[in-house]
Amino acid sequence: MTGPEFLQQLINGLTLGSLYALIAIGYTMVYGILRLINFAHGDVLMAGCYIAWYGVVMFHLPWWAALAGAMALAALLGVLIDQGAYRPLRQAPRISALITAIGISFLLENLGLVVFGGRPKAFVRPEVFNHIYQWGELRVLSLSVWVPVITAVILAGLVFVIYRTRTGMAMRAVSRDMSTVQLMGIDTNRVVALTFALGSALAAAGGVFWAMKYPQINPLMGVLPGLKAFVAAVLGGIGNVVGAMLGGMILGLAEILLVALLPEMAGYRDALAFVLLIAILLLRPTGIIGEELPE
Amino acid sequence: MRLRLPARLNPGHLAPAHQTRRRDSLLTAAAGLGVAGLLWLAQEFAGGYVVHMLCVAAIYATLAASYNLINGVTGQFSLEPNAFVACGAYVTALLTLSPLEKEASFILEPLIWPLSVISIPLLPALVIAGLVTAFMAFLMGFPVFRVRGDYLAIVTLGFGEVIRVVANNAQSITNGPLGLKGITQLTNLWWAWGLLAVTLFVLVRLVHSSYGLAMMAIREDETAAEAMGINAFWHKMLAFTLSAFFEGVAGGLLAHLITTISPTLFTFFLTFNLLIMIVVGGLGSTTGAVLGAMLFTFGGEWLRVVEEPMTILGLHIPGIPGMRMVIFSLILVTFMIFARQGLLGRNEFSWRWLAAVFKPRRRP
Repeated sequence: MTGPEFLQQLINGLTLGSLYALIAIGYTMVYGILRLINFAHGDVLMAGCYIAWYGVVMFHLPWWAALAGAMALAALLGVLIDQGAYRPLRQAPRISALITAIGISFLLENLGLVVFGGRPKAFVRPEVFNHIYQWGELRVLSLSVWVPVITAVILAGLVFVIYRTRTGMAMRAVSRDMSTVQLMGIDTNRVVALTFALGSALAAAGGVFWAMKYPQINPLMGVLPGLKAFVAAVLGGIGNVVGAMLGGMILGLAEILLVALLPEMAGYRDALAFVLLIAILLLRPTGIIGEELPE
Repeated sequence: MRLRLPARLNPGHLAPAHQTRRRDSLLTAAAGLGVAGLLWLAQEFAGGYVVHMLCVAAIYATLAASYNLINGVTGQFSLEPNAFVACGAYVTALLTLSPLEKEASFILEPLIWPLSVISIPLLPALVIAGLVTAFMAFLMGFPVFRVRGDYLAIVTLGFGEVIRVVANNAQSITNGPLGLKGITQLTNLWWAWGLLAVTLFVLVRLVHSSYGLAMMAIREDETAAEAMGINAFWHKMLAFTLSAFFEGVAGGLLAHLITTISPTLFTFFLTFNLLIMIVVGGLGSTTGAVLGAMLFTFGGEWLRVVEEPMTILGLHIPGIPGMRMVIFSLILVTFMIFARQGLLGRNEFSWRWLAAVFKPRRRP
């Protein structure tokens, strides 16, 4: 493989990694606070993509307005799911909440199939992201350059919110010890709702860029990115936002490099994430930046 | 919220088991004969559709009961049965298909050598499939049981995905996305219900043995169970491999019922359906798993109504394809929020219970 080709694959890996990172944040924040794998996260992403699609196709919105609308409505959906399905089970055994999450995930997927139909819809790539940058032999789609940049900006904002604001402090405190924090007069339910809103909005953003990258959407599109993003969150150390970014990047690069270096293994690409997951749980269950070992 | 049995169905103290053992065995044998008689009637007089659904129901019940052993009885919430069913289905089909059929099916890449010439009867093929699946579970168990709780769920889910990816890509064994076609339809009522009977016999005996008690102890409190000298790892492994064995055999029968298998059949959807059955029936109850499977199979057929166009009082309602799965998902979520124990909780059916229900009560 030549130098420019390798660089090109590296950029592709970075793009994919950014998308995984955006999705993984929602998993890791919810798990950090509720100790719940929010299976429906990938399907919120799917819903976000359809909202953006309808925004662009039916209401002729510019792409950034559609993206903002998708993020806002996905945030609302995330909060509704939490309040409707997970909140009644806060005191129940954790497995019950997990089964509920699986049920909600299937509910959204099948509602998607009923409402939007099973046939994939083409997602128009906006003009900004659709031309090719060329430096010497290196040819890169502008989307692949912009996605990591936009992701970096979003994540910088998120880190600021979590580590520099009072709300962020409340979120970190709730993830340490919910009942004590409640005694300190913090409305934990509001903090949880905010977490779901933030995570779902980021998932919608990741989903819309995902849809631009592979320009089509379907009701089951959230399943695999969702599962892989969860693996990325575990890889980085679940509960840790910076870890989720790191895990997402590593997973994205690993997948692209596997396909680039061993083309005959390309079909096994979707299995790589799970092999990685098993390896991490065996060798270092806390992930790269994790602190405690969750039961 | 706890679903309460009506007072009439909650007889309180049951007769001690050792006093009624003979009567209970006789009743079980009689009930078995009764079911066999009914099945014979169905085979002779009911249509092919009813027979097919009865076979599906028995296979689902086998799957749900064995899935319940690891998820409900041992309390290790895992999400991999689609992998085991796939393994059993592929192994059985590869062993029973005739060499000619195999040559006709494998058009992209030929089947690897020993498999391409083998063709054996169904029974040994099923046993081999069960053993292969159990062995796969045994190997899986070592990494899987090093984690607990939701990590266990996600790792086993990952294994299910990996198996599907392998089935899609290992073309010289599985024929890739094309799958295997032309499997002879050997599964009939006797195979399906016979497997269910054997499975239930083994599971009920196991659950009532000291091994079963140890498994339940692990479910309630793993640390305490280990402190009492129970080796948690090997008991989980036993439950896992045993359920894998029966799921593999049931997968083989499924392949010989529907005659065509491909990787798309064995996605997470299959696991999800089994999960609904055991949750609705009551996690931890074998009776509940069988009840859940029956309700799912026949209720699902009944629910087809919602997917077909209909006219109510002159109002035309178009059918909505896919609505059934929406309803199933809603049922699962509703049960989880409002009736976590399912229909039966952890209660099992027993003749002693039935006798106590019908016994006239002493007046106070």
